Amino acid sequence: MNFEFSEDQKMIKETARSYLADKCTSADVRRILDGDESFHPELWAGVAEMGWLGTAIPEEYDGLGLGYLELCVIAEELGRAVAPIPFSSTVYLFAEAILAAGTEEQKKKYLPKVAAGELIGCLAMSEGAGAVTPKTINASVSGGTISGTKVPVVDGDVADHAIVVAKTGSGNDEGSMSLFVVDLKGEGVTVESVKTVDPTRGHATITLNNAPAEALGDTGEGWAIVDRIFDRAAVLFSFEQMGGSQAALDMAKDYAMDRYAFGRPIASFQAIKHKLADMYVATELARSNCYYGAWALSTDAPELPVAAATARVSASESYAHTSKENIQTHGGMGFTWEFDCHLHYRRSKVLGLTIGSLPRWKDRLIDRLEARNVA
Amino acid sequence: MDFNDTPEEAAFREECRSWLDANRLVGWEDRIGRDADGIAVSREWQKKKYDAGWACLHWPKEYGGRGASPIERVIWSQEEGAIGGLSSLFIIGQGMCAPTVMAHGSEEAKTTRVPRIASGEDIWCQLFSEPAGGSDLAGLRTRAVKDGDEWVINGQKIWTSGAQHSDYGMIITRTDPSVPKHKGLTMFYLRMDTPGVEVKPIKQINGNSEFNEVYFTDVRIPDSQRLGDVGNGWNVSLTTLMNERLAVGGGFPTNFEDMFEFAKNVEDHNGPAINNGSVREKLADWYIASAGLRNTGYRLTSALSRGETPGPEASISKLVLGENRQNMASFMLDLQDMYGVLNDPNLSAAEAEYQATFFRAAAHRIEGGTDEILRNIIGERVLGLPPDQRVDKNVPFTDIPTGDK
Repeated sequence: MNFEFSEDQKMIKETARSYLADKCTSADVRRILDGDESFHPELWAGVAEMGWLGTAIPEEYDGLGLGYLELCVIAEELGRAVAPIPFSSTVYLFAEAILAAGTEEQKKKYLPKVAAGELIGCLAMSEGAGAVTPKTINASVSGGTISGTKVPVVDGDVADHAIVVAKTGSGNDEGSMSLFVVDLKGEGVTVESVKTVDPTRGHATITLNNAPAEALGDTGEGWAIVDRIFDRAAVLFSFEQMGGSQAALDMAKDYAMDRYAFGRPIASFQAIKHKLADMYVATELARSNCYYGAWALSTDAPELPVAAATARVSASESYAHTSKENIQTHGGMGFTWEFDCHLHYRRSKVLGLTIGSLPRWKDRLIDRLEARNVA
Repeated sequence: MDFNDTPEEAAFREECRSWLDANRLVGWEDRIGRDADGIAVSREWQKKKYDAGWACLHWPKEYGGRGASPIERVIWSQEEGAIGGLSSLFIIGQGMCAPTVMAHGSEEAKTTRVPRIASGEDIWCQLFSEPAGGSDLAGLRTRAVKDGDEWVINGQKIWTSGAQHSDYGMIITRTDPSVPKHKGLTMFYLRMDTPGVEVKPIKQINGNSEFNEVYFTDVRIPDSQRLGDVGNGWNVSLTTLMNERLAVGGGFPTNFEDMFEFAKNVEDHNGPAINNGSVREKLADWYIASAGLRNTGYRLTSALSRGETPGPEASISKLVLGENRQNMASFMLDLQDMYGVLNDPNLSAAEAEYQATFFRAAAHRIEGGTDEILRNIIGERVLGLPPDQRVDKNVPFTDIPTGDK
């Protein structure tokens, strides 16, 4: 049994960690948090130069053609560093959708640009509050153009292209949903930044008014494609969340060791020690579940739907827990803008909602377990 | 990443299989238990394994093993499967007492006692916990006083599993109460039929009696039955407890699949319970805990396969299992609504297994290190947090407050 990353993969991870420790410091994240930019362009260019954007993109489309285990370890480090770049939108969602459903021509058109860092992509799906289902999709296509309003679109205010979920049939069922690639710099597109719980990532309202739309995948297959992409993306998002969870635990631990109260380090109090132990347990379970998800993703295993949902639920819960308890461990200082606790608190929420919230993934997990038991 | 054996592991697995296929006992499933016949069939299986070198296979050859590597041990236990449960009768002797005798016993104790533990001829128990020293083991009060070449033991132990079936016991005693608590302890072993040893079963909340109280009244044993130096009992006990934690298994069953099936089949007010959002939410949480332990097990097995020592993630399993099993079993009763109060194998769902777990899991969270002690261990040994500040560490044992009026 070899349920562990290879030496080469571990080296990629180490390289990613030291690169980000240098190029994605707290000051870099705060530059985006406090300033007017919606992402960190120098970091994005650096990440492109490192080849990370093309990690899992085949060599024929100018990627590195390494694979998903390599992408997973990079994701973990991006999560740890709370990287303020549109990596997940571009790589886990946009590129994956092109790979999964694009024609040869579309792959040649888009993937080399993604790999080179010349194209930022995003997925435009949500239109309002509540679970995103076919019933909530009003954006529609007629005569090769698309009209409708998408909000929020993660990284939408910095993206060049969006994959848009829109109605092509008359009904509001899954079979009436299709995917389209829209050039956000083209005509009929209005992009407006929106305020979110995590300003270290850009978000937008995208209004489409007869914007030219390029079909991605077969008509009526849009919902099924997104479903498949979400399973794959869920594993990658989970690695970011698990990396963030580990970082929040490390931060809480370091603070508790240094902070003295009542004449002793607060880490020597069981109330704090047991809190940190629980954060460790949640993070380790998430890590193990992420590894299983990585195995399923990298081998296209039939277990992927269950493994992905398991990793997603586990890592969402773990990061929510550790980022919250990290603030608590810091006491009042944890509530200040000055301390970095809120960077994790914000990011854990955004990662936990993008591609669907925790209740939705729990429901999905049980669906898959039921289907598996029936089979 | 893959789940395949290396060629060497595959060859070893084949060797295990062929011996097991040729030697598996017939009808053992109907003889499980702690009655005379259950003990007899356990001994029969253990002896058969011992004669072929499959009992305690990770031990050196001279003690009855075959010097197997940790991963070979995992492969053996996967292949042995359910019948391996018969060996649970010997688990304390083999998992904890024998390694301690090997590390700290006299040459004579090692050569005469250890192989008989491997073969199942001798059953051992571990006489550690006391009414005044459970989590605080070093607070124990059972006294051993030197008298010529003998020691005289007086006191009481508690929570001794299997004392009623045991031939031998390993006992930690206080030999010097005038020094700080950890420094005045000494370890011995003794025959359980030594005059003055009295075993009294404890009636547990589930009505069973796995555990016992053991009383010692002027029990005399020779100095040759000492394990380690006088006053070094605490360090000797750490060998024992470390071996308890090294007993790594391949998987961690939570019976999640059974409970999931049950939730699909039982009805609530609106149809199958599994369609209820609150049921689904709980099942999802228990599944990720259950899968998380299974997947952590894969990580441990991989480390062993590479010849490495498993990382600290090994320490989370009992903590997660205990609490989840207790909550899951309780919820399985809730799902049965009014009918859940029954506790009768003839009437209850799953032959009252959930009722049994509802009670037994309460002990799971206490035995072998309470949830609270495990959190301390994770905090201090895994995360490296400073120890609690203690009032009992550097004072003579006799001066430590006890709360006695």
